[in-house]
Order: sequence, then C-alpha cells, then structure tokens
Amino acid sequence: MDNIFTATFFVSIFASTIRLATPILLTALGEIYTQRSGILNLGLEGTMTMSAMAGFVCAYFSKSLFIGFLGGIVIGMICSAFMAFLSVTIRANQVIAGTALTILGIGFSSFIYRIIFGIQKLPPQVESLTKFDVPLLSRIPYIGTIFFQHNLIVYLAYILAIINWVVLEKTTFGLNVKAVGEHPRAADSKGISVTKIRYTAVIIGGAFAGLSGAFMSIAYMNSFSDTMIAGRGFIAVAVVVFARWNPLRAMAGSLLFGIASALQIRFQAIGVPIPNQFLLMLPYLVTIIALITVSKKAEFPSAYTKPYSRMER
Amino acid sequence: MRNITKIFGHLKANDAVDFKLREKSIHGLLGENGAGKTTLMNVLYGLYRQEEGEIYIHGQKTDISSPLKAISSGIGMVHQHFMLARPLTVVENIMLGRKSSRGIFLDTKKVAAEIRELSDKYHLMVDPYARIWQLSVGEQQRVEILTTIYQGANILILDEPTAVLTPQEAETLFSILRQMRDDGKSMILITHKLEEILSVVDDVTILRDGKMINSLKVTPATTKEELSRLMVGRDVLFDFYPVAVKPGKERISMKNLSVRNDKDFSAVRNFSLSVAEGEIVGLAGVDGNGQKELAEALTGLRPAEGGLIFINGKEAVNKPPVFYINEGVAHIPEDRQSMGLAMGFCVSKNLVIKRFYQQPYAKNGLLNYKNIKDHAKKMIQDFQIKTNSTEDITRDLSGGNQQKVILARELADDPSVLIANQPTRGLDVGATEYVRSRLLEARSKGSAVLLISADIEEIIQLSDRIAVIYNGELMGVLPKGSQPEAIGLLMMGKRQGDNASVKENY
Repeated sequence: MDNIFTATFFVSIFASTIRLATPILLTALGEIYTQRSGILNLGLEGTMTMSAMAGFVCAYFSKSLFIGFLGGIVIGMICSAFMAFLSVTIRANQVIAGTALTILGIGFSSFIYRIIFGIQKLPPQVESLTKFDVPLLSRIPYIGTIFFQHNLIVYLAYILAIINWVVLEKTTFGLNVKAVGEHPRAADSKGISVTKIRYTAVIIGGAFAGLSGAFMSIAYMNSFSDTMIAGRGFIAVAVVVFARWNPLRAMAGSLLFGIASALQIRFQAIGVPIPNQFLLMLPYLVTIIALITVSKKAEFPSAYTKPYSRMER
Repeated sequence: MRNITKIFGHLKANDAVDFKLREKSIHGLLGENGAGKTTLMNVLYGLYRQEEGEIYIHGQKTDISSPLKAISSGIGMVHQHFMLARPLTVVENIMLGRKSSRGIFLDTKKVAAEIRELSDKYHLMVDPYARIWQLSVGEQQRVEILTTIYQGANILILDEPTAVLTPQEAETLFSILRQMRDDGKSMILITHKLEEILSVVDDVTILRDGKMINSLKVTPATTKEELSRLMVGRDVLFDFYPVAVKPGKERISMKNLSVRNDKDFSAVRNFSLSVAEGEIVGLAGVDGNGQKELAEALTGLRPAEGGLIFINGKEAVNKPPVFYINEGVAHIPEDRQSMGLAMGFCVSKNLVIKRFYQQPYAKNGLLNYKNIKDHAKKMIQDFQIKTNSTEDITRDLSGGNQQKVILARELADDPSVLIANQPTRGLDVGATEYVRSRLLEARSKGSAVLLISADIEEIIQLSDRIAVIYNGELMGVLPKGSQPEAIGLLMMGKRQGDNASVKENY
C-alpha cells in the first residue's frame, strides 16, 4: 500500500476536497445570515433538493447553465421565503417548520421531476459546467491542480466567503442582521424592522442554498436525483455552528467535511479493506465529532429560534 | 401628554393620563408595578400606540408612531432591561439604526471619535471599543445614556435606572443627570423608590392603577409618607422592628467554598460564612458577583469545586438536591419564572412540586388530587395568593402572586435554612412589604435565613449581620445598623479595613 501515498494522490485528494466542500460552503454562507438574524432554517436540505431539480430542469430545457443556476437560486429564494413566512410571520416553531420544509422539498422535487420526465431507463442529462483553468496560476505544479483547476462556482464560493465576512463585519446591513439576532427589541427600538431584516436574511440564505443545489445537479453532476443532496443541507447547518457564525471559519469547516468525503471516495476506489458503508459514514462522523468538540464553546445568538413580537415583554 | 389611554385586551393600562414635563427639569414618574408607568413611557417612545389622547412636544402636536419618530423628535429612552447586544462593541451598538456617512459601509472610526468626545463632556467614562459583555451594569447604563444623547435626545426617559446600581453608582448617575439638566436637557425618571424622588427630582407625577393621581413639585417639605400614600392608596409600613431573637446554633456554614459558573470561570472563591438558627444574614452585592452560583451550590443545584458545606452539622457538599430538601433547606431562586416555578403548571401543582411523590400527595405512584387541592386551598388562604382557583395557570398570576406561590411552597413546613436570592426583585411596594414580613416571620420561627440581595435598603432593614460579596469573594461582615455607604464601598470591591482607593471600573 505504500505506493498509494504519492504526490499525485495528495494532489487529487486536495483538489477534490476543495470541490466537495463547495456546496457545503455555499449553503453554510447563506445560513450564517439566516442564523445571525435569529432564525434556524432546517429546511435547507429540502431547499437544496428543490433547487437541484429546478436548476437541472431549467438548464435542460434552456440549454443554458446560466439559466439553470438562476432557476436554482430563484426556487431557493421562494422556498426560504416560505420558511420566513412560517417562522417570522406565523411565528411557528422553527425546528418543526424547517423539518417540514425539508420533507416537502424532497418529495415535491421528485414529484415535479417525474411529471416532467416520467420514468426513464437512462436518466436525462445536461452538459455540466466545465472547469475553468485560471491562466498562469493553474500551471503552477501541484498548487495549480489543487486550487486553480475548478469550475467557476467553486471559485465563486470561496470569494463569497470573504465578501460575506466583509458584509457582516463592515456594513450597516451586517450590523443590523447581527443586532436583530442578538437583541431584536433593541434593533426595533432603533427603528430597524426585525421582520424585514429576518425575511431578507432567510431569503439570502435561500439564494445561497439554491445556488448550491443547482451546483450539485449541473456542475458537480449532470443529472438530478432526489437523494443527491444526501444530508449536505444538514451538514451545512452543522458547519455554521462549528464556524461560530463566521464566514471564514465556515470555509475551514466545509473543507474538513470536504477532505473526509474526498478520502472516503478515494479509499473506496483503491479498495481499502473496510466495508464501504463505514467509509460512507466517515464525513458525517467527522462532522459530528467536530461539532461536539466545538459547539460547547459556541455562543448562540441570543434570540436564536425565538420569534419576536413587539407586544411581548 | 394629554388624556392618554392605552388598553391591553380588557385591561386599561393607562386611563386618560395627563403628563407634563417642564424644560430643564428632572421629573419623577412614581407608581407601583403595574401602575402603568412603563406603558405610558412606551407610548411616548412610540413602542405602543395609544387608543386615545395626544402628545405635544414644545407645544407642537406630535404623532409618535414609532421609536424612530420619537428619536427624531428628540426623545430617548434608557430601558430597564438594557437594549444592548452583548457580543457587539459600544460603538456598534450606538451605530445601530443610524445612517452611515459612508453609505452601506459602517463609519466606525468617525462615530467612535464622536462618542469619546461626548463621553468626556459628561464624564461618562465609556470606551467605544469595549464589548458590552465586558462592562459592569453601571457602565452599560452609561452606554445607554450616551446612545440617547448621541442620537440628539433632549428628553430622556430612564426606566428604573437605579434598580441595579450600588448607592455610589446611583449617586454618580444622579450627578450626571443633574449636569445634563443644567445643560438644557429634560429627564423623566420612572421609579418606585421614594428616596430617589426626594433626592434628585424636581417634579413628580404619581400613577396608580393606570390613572394619574397627582402631579406636584418636590420641595424640602415633601415626605416619603405623603408620596407613598398617594402611590399605594394607604399607609405603608416602612420600618420593621424585628424582635431580637438570640441566634442559636449554626444551621448552615460554608468553609472556603469555591464554585464555577456556566462559562467555567471561577464565580465563588474561598467563601466562608455561616448562618445560625433565628438569624438573617444579608448578603449584599452587585448582580453577577457570584450570588447565583453560591445560592445554587447551597441547594445542591451546582457542584462545588472545593471547600465544605455543613447543614445541620452534616457534611453536605456536592450532595444531590433531594438531600438539601430533606434537610429542610428552602430556596427562593433569583429568577422565579425560569427556576422557581413551572409557569405552565397550575398553582396547586407548583405548591407541591418538591414533595408531590410523598404522602399525602401521592400513594403507590398515584397522585391524590384531593389532598393536593386541599393543600393548595390552605396555602392560598395562608399566604394571601390572589388567584381565581387552585387550578389557575401560574403564568397568568401577577409577579407578586407568583412570588407568594414560591413563598408558600418554601415556607409552609418551617424550613431549617432559607436561601432567599433577590426575593423582592421586580415586586411592587405592597408585595415587597409582604415578602419581607414573611422572611422576618421565618426567622422568628427559628429558620436560618441567608438573604441575598442587591437592594441595600432591604439588606439593612432585615439583616442581623451583613456580609458583602464582590467578584465571588467575601469582602467582609458588618454588624446590624451599618451605614449604606460602608456597605456600598465593600460592594465595589474595597475590602474591609482596606484604605486603598476603590478597585477597577469606577
């Protein structure tokens, strides 16, 4: 087995780590806004599935991946607007609303998909997003292969992590979101609409989850299946807590999940003598362990999962 | 404010109230809890919308539809529960909701400089880059005042500002208020403390049951008795003259007790104190100096890190809560709503919650509802709990009556030790008077009472000995009849017999 652990092996592991971390990172980035405003959106799994389906359908019929991503984002925003309605306006229990949205999203997406495509022997496919080699940088040995030979969404995800950090720390909008999650009454008394900020934050979260869902069906893969999200929506929620609501730390958390997934796939491929069911568990196991160790320290936003009403004291 | 009426459901919280604030004055708004003081001010600040009545500012009729409108009309409010997001910095809290000079980006540096300037002007001593959780309560309050001034407030509403302060901190606050008055600002001080009205206020308006009772100028001739009669509607007993009971043998004692808080920091350090039969030991201290952790360690709710506890001579450290209950340790927790009561339960169940599994309330694992109900009826009568039936949900009771439910449960079978943590917090004058008289009664029946309170007056009134806690340490034990100033100094970390200047933050 010694000849497995060559430079090529590590390069390919790291490259796929970055790629596999992308959907988790995108979803987590959006969920950071949502949770910072005090809402826990557990419906991300369903939202991502809906968007994966929508992205695929749009791309399939329009023959344009751009339309596909757009469709995914729009559906993501619609799903999360529904979540916002349930948790902010109706003031429903967020855990229940989110879980319901997940179940609904997964079921509804496969229902629509069946209506459109029926049952076919070979699943319909699209031409998925090709990788884009960054000029010059991609030719650096090892580094180039690891970092600069991915598709555009991958680069975008990591750039967004930085942008989101700036938005949260340096802009009035970011401050408003944080204040609404920490002390909605204070924000309200300063003339900030808690409802508006929470809707916005949840819908931004949906847009990110939507992009991430579309990434799964038309960039990472080239077809849709209702099980393709495979818990990534939930992992993203875990990563948000792991990252203590910081977009840059979310990058680290996603990469951790990414490397566990990459190793798992590679171990299966080279036939490591461990039953593949156990290997499949690896990324989830890593997530659970990471979460347990870190989350004890996590200071949740004070108004986390608490609906706000001006009249209650 | 003219003719203000505000209705919640079928309750008239404000009933045609008139309120007039002169320019350059400090105006006291006096009333018991539930008299409608805060409601009236929330109307003025735009948090509530009145059903009837008008508001005039500088003679101009003004429609205050939201806090934003209030702020732009020059009204600022310092709330009782601070409106500060704890993980954020002072400057971030102040910038909140304000237009930035840099568009969508925050202009932190500019605002911080302006804050520093204002802070110096009024001697507020606020560091713009400190995070709120690092600040003492007094400092947080000054941040709140600063926020309102920064927003350009000329009229400041302060809701029970001294409830959480030491006497010295309160004095500092008053001198800040006086300075602001001389600078042309007007202030409304919501309070139910009569001393404050007499010492700092120019005019006073008294509310009772949502109605305006009287509005008068405070003169040196104004007396506490006069005000309290207006406020409560009857004469109130101010001074208890507890019958001196000779303390008997030690009931509870701590030796070098150390306890950690939820964040795993040391909260109580090397704490030694004892309380004897028939004695009230008052433990004074500013909130958050380890009182909660101490009370929890003394009732088995929190493990002790080190040291010893003896109850009735038995070693008791780190025993389960039921051990303490069986030894007759009663506990009035600091937060009655989350720790003292199951709010969703009815009164009768809350009354037996410590002993529901024992005879006569249960037999062979089945509850005996008749006995539970009979017990509740008796308690409701003995402790004058205002409730429609034994089956009323506890949440629907007023704060004072909720506290009476706890008292009834804890005092019914004459405990050997009573740990009372802030037993009168948030209660109105009538309920406070009642709770205090019950504590004295428990003492004369022979209970050892540890009264933990941030209210110095309460401590002085009731205690046979006065201990002071600061930063988890015992600062000293003072005899009965000590001066508030002496206690206040210890509360700020000046050790007994220590002549050096006061430590930190002040």
